[in-house]
Amino acid sequence: MSTILVIGETEAGALTAATCELLGAANRLTAELGGDVALALIGAEPAAVEAAGPAGADTVYRAADASLVQYQTDAHLPLAQQIVEQDSPRVVLLAQSSMGRDLAPRLATRLGSAAAMDALALEVEGDRVRVTRSCYGGNARQVVTVKTDPQVITVRAKSQDPLEPDASRSAEIVDVAPSDADLRARVTSKDAAESEGVRLEDAEIVVSGGRGLGGPEAFGDLEQLAGVLGAAVGSSRAACDLGWYPPSQQVGLTGTVVSPTLYLAIAISGASQHMAGCGGSKNIVAINKDPDAAIFAFSRFGIVDDYKKVLPALESALKDALAG
Amino acid sequence: MDAIVCVKQIPDPETPAAAFRVDEAAMRVLPAQGISPVISPFDAQAVEAALRLKDAAGEGSVNIVSLGPDSARDAIKHSLAMGADDGYHLHDDAFEGGDAWTTALALSKAIQHLGVPDVILFGRQAADWDQGSVGSIVAELLDLPSATVLRAVEGGAGSLTVSRVVGDGFETIEIPTPCVLTISNEFGDPRYPQLRQIMQAARKQVAELTPADIGLEPSQVGAAGARLEMHALFQPTSDVDVEIIEGDTPEEKAAGLVAALRNAKIL
Ligand SMILES: Cc1cc2nc3c(=O)[nH]c(=O)nc-3n(C[C@H](O)[C@H](O)[C@H](O)COP(=O)(O)OP(=O)(O)OC[C@H]3O[C@@H](n4cnc5c(N)ncnc54)[C@H](O)[C@@H]3O)c2cc1C
Ligand SMILES: Nc1ncnc2c1ncn2[C@@H]1O[C@H](COP(=O)(O)O)[C@@H](O)[C@H]1O
Repeated sequence: MSTILVIGETEAGALTAATCELLGAANRLTAELGGDVALALIGAEPAAVEAAGPAGADTVYRAADASLVQYQTDAHLPLAQQIVEQDSPRVVLLAQSSMGRDLAPRLATRLGSAAAMDALALEVEGDRVRVTRSCYGGNARQVVTVKTDPQVITVRAKSQDPLEPDASRSAEIVDVAPSDADLRARVTSKDAAESEGVRLEDAEIVVSGGRGLGGPEAFGDLEQLAGVLGAAVGSSRAACDLGWYPPSQQVGLTGTVVSPTLYLAIAISGASQHMAGCGGSKNIVAINKDPDAAIFAFSRFGIVDDYKKVLPALESALKDALAG
Repeated sequence: MDAIVCVKQIPDPETPAAAFRVDEAAMRVLPAQGISPVISPFDAQAVEAALRLKDAAGEGSVNIVSLGPDSARDAIKHSLAMGADDGYHLHDDAFEGGDAWTTALALSKAIQHLGVPDVILFGRQAADWDQGSVGSIVAELLDLPSATVLRAVEGGAGSLTVSRVVGDGFETIEIPTPCVLTISNEFGDPRYPQLRQIMQAARKQVAELTPADIGLEPSQVGAAGARLEMHALFQPTSDVDVEIIEGDTPEEKAAGLVAALRNAKIL
């Protein structure tokens, strides 16, 4: 029995960054709540299971079946339920990911409880976890607790720090036998977005473009600039909705959350829903022709001008600076 | 092809940040001057998805359910003006102060009361509290398969093929009916009602339902039944001071920015 059960995720055989962040948060919470941290790995490969102890898990519940690598609600839900019932934790943490946002509310309901979604901060108060979450498109913050047990919480990527991996720490492994799931909804195929270059969520520098770019061609210029910087290219939802750039590159509340050292926002107005995805960046730099654009209120540096004039000059100035 | 779409009326999520105000003591968002509430944008897309499914099947119905105060009627009317058939308003003081759980419980009971259709549609999240859980809770309560955050929905009664937006691309999912689907903005723009349709919708009756009508006690809904407790609501503050890089030419500004980034050891 643990105090906190993290329902983890893996990618290419390794724990995802979000899973390590959840384990970090769980260890900080159990320092106050007492007790252990368990990790459920549904469909995980051996390397991920080995990494779990060093990343902060005391116990790993492993359901290692190749058919479980792809998340499917009907397959994962009964297993997650089985693991929670076996472990009977007080708190269940999931990432606010494609899996977590789908699984958490159904799992919580099945357990007779409720889920608080998309937490930014977690604090202990008595036997409850106080959750600070973003709402109203990022314009407001709400502090909530789940009154029922277990307290199910999904946590926004990059909002929590992982632990420094501790190679001396190992987790006890408990094998979980998958029962026959009734797969009603079936994933029949997957189109992975082409990810050339740096992945958005891992990038130290992100160059993002918005509706003010005026068309899809300008994203080519952004990609060129990103090449100079070793950066990933992101975009606002307005640009994605117009079909100028793929939705997988959308930054924001309903897109990817990034927290790079440098976020360069080009022709993006800085709507709260966009800032929800990049507000955690260490430095935001905006290029916008409107001096009153909201983005400047979040930026460390800004240039007020037409991006079309600034971009070529910026690219060559950067090339010179980085070469020298 | 019969569908029920659950829709919510909310403060306009495009309200500029400068006009957005919270009453911290009451833990409420204050209505912004001169900005009318709207149907949550993803919910309008869910109505659009239902209408297209009905059109493709050539028969069926699209019914609308909303839980909320008087203003929820406007979300229902908007959906009717888009082309939906009938609207049902879960309207009672007892529903007030609820959370995702009580909302989903009431919606699921209302859906059972109306008869479970082939497909029940939701927005991916209501753009006020941004939780994104009501659709999945309803699916669980009705023991139906679900697919969330969809950009495309095709097929008819029996089986649907849907496309789900995931972090690194899209998944194609085959899902039998009856089922629960939640729709994301990648679905595309919903139709915008014409004046004539708005007038027609204005004349349509919207049936009101109370907890008793759907077999619930007042203690199970609203604040009394809620599983989440709110302790605070506030507006975040940003503490950065922007330095605007000045210059006579774009070249000067660009050079100034690069120098500033190097000085600050960001590059
Ligand atoms: C429920 C909900 C969820 C949402 N989720 C997201 C999300 O996840 N991510 C997201 O990004 N958005 C999201 N949005 C949309 C968000 O509200 C904004 O509409 C969107 O971010 C605006 O994109 P933009 O800044 O590219 O476009 P605009 O707001 O149109 O801004 C364009 C900017 O470009 C500038 N500009 C124009 N021409 C030039 C030029 N030549 N040179 C320099 N600058 C120029 C303009 O001054 C302006 O500031 C969401 C909205 C809702 C309602
Ligand atoms: N009060 C309500 N009445 C009807 N439908 C609702 C209500 N609240 C939420 N929904 C539906 O559930 C979806 C998800 O809402 P939420 O879980 O609150 O983000 C919304 O997009 C609506 O389709």
